[in-house]
Amino acid sequence: MPERVPGTVLVVGATSALARAVAAELARGGHPLVLVARDGAEAGAVATDLALRHGVPARAVELDVLDFDAHSRVIAAVLREEGEALEGAVVAVGYLGDAERARGDFAEARRILDTNFTACVSLLTLLAEHFERRRGGFLCVVSSVAGERGRQSNYVYGAAKGGLTVFLQGLRNRLFHAGVRVVTVNPGFVDTRMTFGREGTFLVASPERVARGMVRAIRGGRDVVYLPGFWGPLMLAIRAIPERVFKRMRL
Amino acid sequence: MIPSSVQRLSGWGRHPVQSCRVYRPEKVAELRELLGSPPEGGLVSRGLGRAYGDAALNARGGVVSHLRLNRMLAFDPATGVLECEGGVSFAEIVDAFLPRGWFLPVTPGTREVTVGGAVACDVHGKNHHRDGTLARFVEGFRLLTPARGAVDCSRAADAELFRATLGGMGLTGAVLRARLRLLPVESAWMTVDYSRTADLDGALERFAADDAGYRYSVAWIDCLARGRSLGRGVLMRGDHAPAARVRGEPFAGRPAARARVPLDAPSALLNRLTVGAFNRLYHALHRDRAGVLVPIDRFFYPLDGVRDWNRLYGRRGLVQHQSVVPFVRGDALARMLERVAAAGRGSFLAVLKRFGPAGEGVLSFPAEGHTLALDFPVAAGLAELLRELDRIVLDAGGRVYLAKDASLNAATFAAMYPAAGRFRAVKAEVDPEGVLSSSLARRVGLVDA
Repeated sequence: MPERVPGTVLVVGATSALARAVAAELARGGHPLVLVARDGAEAGAVATDLALRHGVPARAVELDVLDFDAHSRVIAAVLREEGEALEGAVVAVGYLGDAERARGDFAEARRILDTNFTACVSLLTLLAEHFERRRGGFLCVVSSVAGERGRQSNYVYGAAKGGLTVFLQGLRNRLFHAGVRVVTVNPGFVDTRMTFGREGTFLVASPERVARGMVRAIRGGRDVVYLPGFWGPLMLAIRAIPERVFKRMRL
Repeated sequence: MIPSSVQRLSGWGRHPVQSCRVYRPEKVAELRELLGSPPEGGLVSRGLGRAYGDAALNARGGVVSHLRLNRMLAFDPATGVLECEGGVSFAEIVDAFLPRGWFLPVTPGTREVTVGGAVACDVHGKNHHRDGTLARFVEGFRLLTPARGAVDCSRAADAELFRATLGGMGLTGAVLRARLRLLPVESAWMTVDYSRTADLDGALERFAADDAGYRYSVAWIDCLARGRSLGRGVLMRGDHAPAARVRGEPFAGRPAARARVPLDAPSALLNRLTVGAFNRLYHALHRDRAGVLVPIDRFFYPLDGVRDWNRLYGRRGLVQHQSVVPFVRGDALARMLERVAAAGRGSFLAVLKRFGPAGEGVLSFPAEGHTLALDFPVAAGLAELLRELDRIVLDAGGRVYLAKDASLNAATFAAMYPAAGRFRAVKAEVDPEGVLSSSLARRVGLVDA
């Protein structure tokens, strides 16, 4: 096989510690980057950093993923600029929110759903068009182990991620026929702002470790990965608990 | 609101251990927000936690980790000036820039320090006698202060704040970004001359005679040798190897994998017998050799090859006592070594170096004279020994290094650092409410307890 030039990758939610680590891992592999985040200055700092350390072109684009109306304009501009060179996209948009508040406050519940589900559906819909036309490439999307089973402690977040996981299954099925890969990433606890200082977290993995697993999954043609890997069997066991038992547990 | 976590924290010496509320902002705005509404007990910035004592601790207060504010922001290959955030580590700089022919202009004995911490401690290296401290290579920085917000400081603008921050132990503000002038090098190798010295005077004479001919110079001293062998050691002096001296690609072959100390050693491991045997072996193994090619990492960071080496000192931790004494009144070194040898508490590492003139940092540690660094495992009776060493240093007109210190009291500090008043005047202006504080600052009386 001839050596291929690494294509550009779009990273959405790029200022999170996990997305930044994934972007760094991709940059190490020579991929030019387009980094999308709500805070343009922060995204710019991350882009400059990656360009300096790894010698790849990297630029920042400002977008608030909750501003749905802006999605098509921003993504269209990126696609216009990058064209066929855009080889893949990593969507690492996540908002854990305040689970306690979301129980009784629909505004918070909606913000959780909109960020983790609706915004991702909108972005992926726009991106799917591009990759389907291009007939190749990848979409790597960060879902969560929380989406595999509803727990009293964060079921709104879990519902959003669960919905996202099902959406990705369908999208994978559709895009398979165009030669486009869809990778669902289910991280356990990652050492980021989302988990820092939070009670009840355990086996917390570094963003770098999870990022390496994500890039391995992208390169290795995996459909669904749990990261770190031990979360796979763990979730298998958790899913196997009968609901009449599960509902009595304090999780 | 930015999340926090109450943690039992310590410095590299693992003594003392204190409970602090830790914050770890991932965006500059979060750090601004935190400084704008600080927690009870104030805040101190923390990098990789390599200060030995309580410089980056704030008992019952807040500690801000800068480890996620570590973006490199600009590099000018024409001048070698790198602009980066305070949380960028020296290891990251070496990894990114050594392959392109640039090295740190000044580096301490570990690359696991951050730029912000290095500025706050105004770190020195084996080239102090020639090049001074890190300060000389800092073109400027942006400091986030409680009262004045972000201030761009340099020798041209806010110069007094600039000089108070260099060596100011993080008490004037948080280093958001700094501009650092890197050193061009031709290879990832050093050429080193080793020479054994029979006693302390031997080492001091060699330093005085030909240190000027070496960019880097340091001596390892056997602290357990007594009598006529008091202060015997090995001088290690060298410079960056020119590309022509290196076979093959001049920047290839840096080590990747590292060993690790997996658990706390029993405190009985380091005793007069084991350390004495190690020291005799070390002295015997270093024959006089000139022009030896040594990998850059091994020359500057011999202990970084062993992760968590501080665990060798057992669970109670270690204390490092690093002092500088002026050339005049030269018997202070011998008195310290005699005292340590008599106590039988010597450790693997006693390091002796000749410093050049003091720099511009108001509270910077280095001053013209000899610096001696001694490691001790924490044990009963250590506090008295440290007080005696402090007394010898003070009587000789010297001082101890705050970045290593865990025991100095306010009266001794005031006598050693007469510029503290000038420092407090700057601090009062940028932090009138005393938001920035640390366990060290309260202990030595730099801020009100």
